[in-house]
Amino acid sequence: MTGVVDVTERLIHVEDLTVDFPAGEPGGAGTVRAVDGLSFTLTAGRAIGLVGESGSGKSTVASALLGLHRGTGARVGGTVRVGGTDVGAASERELRALRGAVAAMVFQDPLSSLDPYYAVGDQIAEVYRVHTDATRRAARARAVEVLDRVGIPDAARRAGARPHEFSGGMRQRALIAMALACEPRLLIADEPTTALDVTVQAQILDLLHDLRHETGMGLLLVTHDVGVAAESVDEVLVMRHGREVERGPVAEVLGAPRDTYTRTLLAAVPRVDTPLGAPRTGAAASSPGPAGEALLEAVGLRREFRRGRRTVTAVDGVSLTVHPGETLGIVGESGSGKTTLGRMLVRLLDPSAGGLRYRGTEIATASEKELRPYRRELQMVFQDPVASLNPRRSVGESVADPLRAAGVLDERRLVARVRELLDRVGLDPDRYDRYPHEFSGGQRQRVGIARALAAEPRLIVCDEPVSALDVTTQAQVTALLAELQRELGLALVFIAHDLAVVRQVSDRVAVMRGGRIVEQGTVEEVYGTPSEAYTKQLLAAVPALDPALAEARRSARRTLPASAEGMAVA
Amino acid sequence: MTRYLLKRLGGALLVLLALSVAVYALFYLVPGDPARLACGERCSTQQVTQVRERLGLDASVFTQYGHFLQGIVAGRDYSTGTAVLHCDAPCLGFSYKTDQQVTRLILERVPATLSLALGAMVIWLVIGVGTGLLSALRRGGITERALTVLTLAGTGMPVFILGLLLLMAVCAYLRWLPFPSYVPLSQDPEQWAWNLLLPWLTLGFFESAKYARLTRSSTLETLAEDHIRTFRAYGVGERAVVGRHALRGAVPPVIALNANDLGTVVGGAVLTETLFGIPGIGKTLVDAVRVVDVPVVVGVVLVTGTAVVLANVVADLLYAAADRRVALL
Repeated sequence: MTGVVDVTERLIHVEDLTVDFPAGEPGGAGTVRAVDGLSFTLTAGRAIGLVGESGSGKSTVASALLGLHRGTGARVGGTVRVGGTDVGAASERELRALRGAVAAMVFQDPLSSLDPYYAVGDQIAEVYRVHTDATRRAARARAVEVLDRVGIPDAARRAGARPHEFSGGMRQRALIAMALACEPRLLIADEPTTALDVTVQAQILDLLHDLRHETGMGLLLVTHDVGVAAESVDEVLVMRHGREVERGPVAEVLGAPRDTYTRTLLAAVPRVDTPLGAPRTGAAASSPGPAGEALLEAVGLRREFRRGRRTVTAVDGVSLTVHPGETLGIVGESGSGKTTLGRMLVRLLDPSAGGLRYRGTEIATASEKELRPYRRELQMVFQDPVASLNPRRSVGESVADPLRAAGVLDERRLVARVRELLDRVGLDPDRYDRYPHEFSGGQRQRVGIARALAAEPRLIVCDEPVSALDVTTQAQVTALLAELQRELGLALVFIAHDLAVVRQVSDRVAVMRGGRIVEQGTVEEVYGTPSEAYTKQLLAAVPALDPALAEARRSARRTLPASAEGMAVA
Repeated sequence: MTRYLLKRLGGALLVLLALSVAVYALFYLVPGDPARLACGERCSTQQVTQVRERLGLDASVFTQYGHFLQGIVAGRDYSTGTAVLHCDAPCLGFSYKTDQQVTRLILERVPATLSLALGAMVIWLVIGVGTGLLSALRRGGITERALTVLTLAGTGMPVFILGLLLLMAVCAYLRWLPFPSYVPLSQDPEQWAWNLLLPWLTLGFFESAKYARLTRSSTLETLAEDHIRTFRAYGVGERAVVGRHALRGAVPPVIALNANDLGTVVGGAVLTETLFGIPGIGKTLVDAVRVVDVPVVVGVVLVTGTAVVLANVVADLLYAAADRRVALL
């Protein structure tokens, strides 16, 4: 597809791009190579996806296209031409003319990417006026026009609102509107949907898709999510360590990857569309199934929070059971109350109402003293492995904490047990005295799991345990959890927003929305034959890895009732 | 909003009440008989008894404190046996030394203090915010280093040293100005300004160091934020990025600090006023302490406290007005 095209038709022409960032002390000689000899082209009107895990250099490439590394101390080598402008050699003036007018960028975090002090419409108008000689009034009108185009309801009025008055999805729409304002020929989207819920993500991807068809602009999409790329681009470039691993038409790369890394990456991506493998062994094999005695049983669990004079009900009458040795997945979008529920299940939060029975004992209102014998058996693994470990204590100390709390005071036994635990979760026991910052994200989550295991629990609530991790690391951590569960007969409550991950690890699934469980059943039931409209909508929103399937889903989404997200005011 | 204001003012009232208890204790902590102090050293025993009766010093401590509060809220009458001496609503008693009403005495000093405070504020804002901005924008350059040294010097130098150096240089050595002596604005605006120039510069320079540091750090913080990157990525020129977006984000903390400082200085810039002989509230306090004029000390401390506490409320309101994301709860 390239090669035969005339050079002037090339929207992006990148040749042998290198980007080095200064490392270590300021002014020092050390550098880190973020992008290492990358070359690619994009023809007008086409879409390319840069896909890779964190640290692969994909966002650095996006910034280089607009010359955003200038003045940051980074050294850029090779050639970058965008819309005919040589970005490396262009003057500041030429660069400014390129930015926003020829190529516009949509950033990942729509809240922090907009100025909190000005109305959304004014910010779009400001950008428009930079590139045109429109009057203030005309620029405002243009802002309302593009806001309306991206689906902001009542755009004329909402243009006067500040970013914090918008919901997450609306903010991303507003950023896209800003990008559209000057009718650029190229849209650069850097993880445009990563901060969004899956249903909102689908809406934004659909919007990008429609806009591209309407305006004929080219798209460079940077994403860590292979599914997002499959939905949106014609061509995929897989990156790793700043280099190209594989490039080609999206169906080919995702359907029949040639490179081993691409294959590993794709294999690690949890999916909702593949047939389920052999029945998971956890509950079914070793212990009585759902028919047996429940380990933990919640009845009508409820939790309210006071916000000033208002009372917000985060969890509203949830009933569920967890059996020994099984995994109950809890899936829901942000604000659905899943974290609050998880914390109540291990009594880190006190329920406002409802019952909670653990092994036949009512613990919903038990005092801290009455809870003591059970605390050890109910553990939790947290989402953010950075924030949930004390940075000033060695990981060994952190893992030893629950043991000390359980009354193990003999220092030698303590250390021996901690080393055993570190080894068990796949960490080198000799790193006992190391501090959390010396570990990678996945390793830190392993430390968190070791800490939860220390007290020999029967049930662990995992709250988004892998959402901060890259897919390959994510796959390793979920595999570890499954393995531990098999060996130790643990019951797991696995809370996540990612439907595919939940499907992969769970025996049974509960779908939450607005503090309630809307649907509950085995994985086969919920994913195979969902009965609730909301569950169907969620499943339809999950990006598919197969471009053809993605297209089918897209049209399917149009027939489903749209969510009320667009109307929400945060 | 109204609810928040009521809550904050209620809290402020409690703080002031606690302060009033603390300062009222001064009457009893100061060595010597309050009645004798009030009457003066040459009073006969009989006169002292009269004074004691007139001031109600026979009553219990609590009753006296009650009278004191009553005087502030509703005014108070002092009976001398033959005549009644009335003291109007915010009554803080009478000075031991001049027998003037303390409230009136303080009010007379307000113009001088306000003259000093507002003039100095202009200077510390212009110099402080200016250097702060400049050093943030010229980060890493020689300009920033020079400004950092100046700021450090400003922070480290006590106000009386700075003031004395200025006095020596400008008035004694260079003889550009006569030694300043305060002239009220109502009397002669030109002389008012010339005589306040050095005090303004002294207090302004001293305070500006703080503003330079705050402005620098809040500007750098804002410049590092994602939305600044957005506007750069859309081809908005650097001047507009800094002027419209970075500055806008850097301003709220400066406004809040300024409201606080203004409260403190209005309560009396003790050192500056004393050094330059400005008859303001701060100087009144020093003079009163020197001659153990307890009612005046108590009055000034209460007024200063009120200024500081109110300035805090105003600072929070201004911050919320400047940054609408802040919810007042």
